[in-house]
Amino acid sequence: MSTRAMPFRGSLTSREQVSVYEFSWPAILLIPLFAVLIQVFVKVRFLPIVDMPFLVTIFFATARRNPVTGSVTGCCIGLLQDLFAGYNHPLGMYGIALTVVGYGASSLGVKIDVENPGSRFLITFIFFGIHEGVYYGVAHGLLRQGVQWAWGHAAISALANAVLGIFLYRFLDRFKQR
Amino acid sequence: MDTFLGRYRNLVVLAAILFAQIIALAVQVRRPTEEGETRLIRIWAISAVAPFEKAVVHSQQWVQGLWTNYVYLRGVRRENRELRGQIERMKIEDARLSEDAQMARRIQALLAFKEQYVDDTVAAQVIGTSGSEQSRILYIDKGSKQGVKPDMAVITPTGIVGKIVQVAPDWSQVLPINDQFSGVGAALKDSRLQGILKGAANGATTLQYIMSDEKVVPGEQVITSGGDRIFPKGLPVGTVVSVQPGKDLFLNIRVVPAAHLDRLEEVLVVTRITERMPDTNDLGPLRASDILAERLPRVPNKTEVDAAGNAKPGGAPSPAASATGGSTATGARTTPPGATANKPAGASTTAAKPPGAAGAPRANAPGTTAGANGSVKTKPAAEPAAHAAGTAPKTTEHAGAGETAPPKAAASQHQGAEPAPPPEPSPTAAPPPTPSAGVPPQP
Repeated sequence: MSTRAMPFRGSLTSREQVSVYEFSWPAILLIPLFAVLIQVFVKVRFLPIVDMPFLVTIFFATARRNPVTGSVTGCCIGLLQDLFAGYNHPLGMYGIALTVVGYGASSLGVKIDVENPGSRFLITFIFFGIHEGVYYGVAHGLLRQGVQWAWGHAAISALANAVLGIFLYRFLDRFKQR
Repeated sequence: MDTFLGRYRNLVVLAAILFAQIIALAVQVRRPTEEGETRLIRIWAISAVAPFEKAVVHSQQWVQGLWTNYVYLRGVRRENRELRGQIERMKIEDARLSEDAQMARRIQALLAFKEQYVDDTVAAQVIGTSGSEQSRILYIDKGSKQGVKPDMAVITPTGIVGKIVQVAPDWSQVLPINDQFSGVGAALKDSRLQGILKGAANGATTLQYIMSDEKVVPGEQVITSGGDRIFPKGLPVGTVVSVQPGKDLFLNIRVVPAAHLDRLEEVLVVTRITERMPDTNDLGPLRASDILAERLPRVPNKTEVDAAGNAKPGGAPSPAASATGGSTATGARTTPPGATANKPAGASTTAAKPPGAAGAPRANAPGTTAGANGSVKTKPAAEPAAHAAGTAPKTTEHAGAGETAPPKAAASQHQGAEPAPPPEPSPTAAPPPTPSAGVPPQP
């Protein structure tokens, strides 16, 4: 139940300070878990290009604004997603991608205002591309898997996730503790 | 050092986390675990959430069933009427197809052709996916407790789905045919060209290893070839939607799966496949002479019978005389429903067929009519040799409600037939048919 204020070191917003939010432990544990379970068990019946674990990672990273916490959160969520990703999917592929995303989003969250929908849309859109790029690099470069890169598909997925992210973040804002 | 770590603490932590995961990746790639690369932590994780997911899915289906089966019944009467009409049409179609099927089973039995039969299946519910765009893995709610094992085929009534890759007591993983690591032996239904159906990372399925000089048209059906020893032969796989020249010498054939892989709810796991001979019990007994006559060529001759019952060559050589070194007989070369083809034995290599019908599908011979009840009425025809050999055709022998040809007719045709050489004592002793078959007899 605390909200800390840290000095604003960037120049992208006019705010002097940005808020750093914290979450209760149940929220920290259950929200990523639900995101992964929804992704695994409900995805087949809905839009297949939505990446819920990615969106939750972005949300926690930008809300907490701590690169270390963001990296660890991304790593944990990614590894959890790896667990369900099939027998031919080595553990760590999503872990690495979401670690980078968590670090980047939390670092960016220190510098810009991530509370308004426009910036949330842009952050989600850009980091989805980074997420896909890192995943492709790991799969293609490190593991030599036959993963194909499709610009159109990546763009559409990024757009869909960015739009969904606006509403999802607004819902998850309720779990922030002030 | 403290200053460095303090200054770059975030980057150091990021690098450490990434390094640890890359090392873990390298370990997994270099040293895959035994028993199909199953990692215990995966089993635990999936086993922990699978029961809840099962409960959610079953509850959802119960509510859905309550709504669709008891509440939302709009248009059901009209749909029922349409379905009844469809059933009537399909009954007619079924009667026609069953005749073809019986014929095919007879031929398979003759050739000692073994078929694969799906003996036992387990119905399963799809409870989840991999949650990844790159992997199309599905989770089903049946496992080793229900008899599911790795490499079992998973199908739906509309088409094949994939194969089992991992099995836990209460759940299993299915590798669908559109996964990039999947491969299925498939064949084109019409042209019978065989290839391998492979998936891709984007979920597309392509039929590969079909030579580019082959003709494949969009719309052609793709079925399983049975070559992978997982899927029984002949199951629907999908439909060709586009054909393009691919790399090397092969075509790039895009196939749309017959099963709706993105909307799967229930599937069938094929738990037992057996290979056995086709069941021909209900088709009536087969005589050795039938088998032999099926395998021997025929001469397209037509015997005309005059009013006195004498067979005379009507511009075409008499079948009785056309046999080379063997007797001749004409008989009812028909295949009535429920009866075997009636052919005279006695080393006969000929049968009465219309001239020019040598390559045509086997049909009722002249002088033969099939009764509505499946019986065969045989008009007098030249069959003395068969009669002499003691293997005169009993045209209704295999018919259930057969109608026997009058002995008088048989006698008259016996009298009117041209004399034939003595028949071979055994069908198996008959000389092999030669191209000279059909040469008019020497007086």
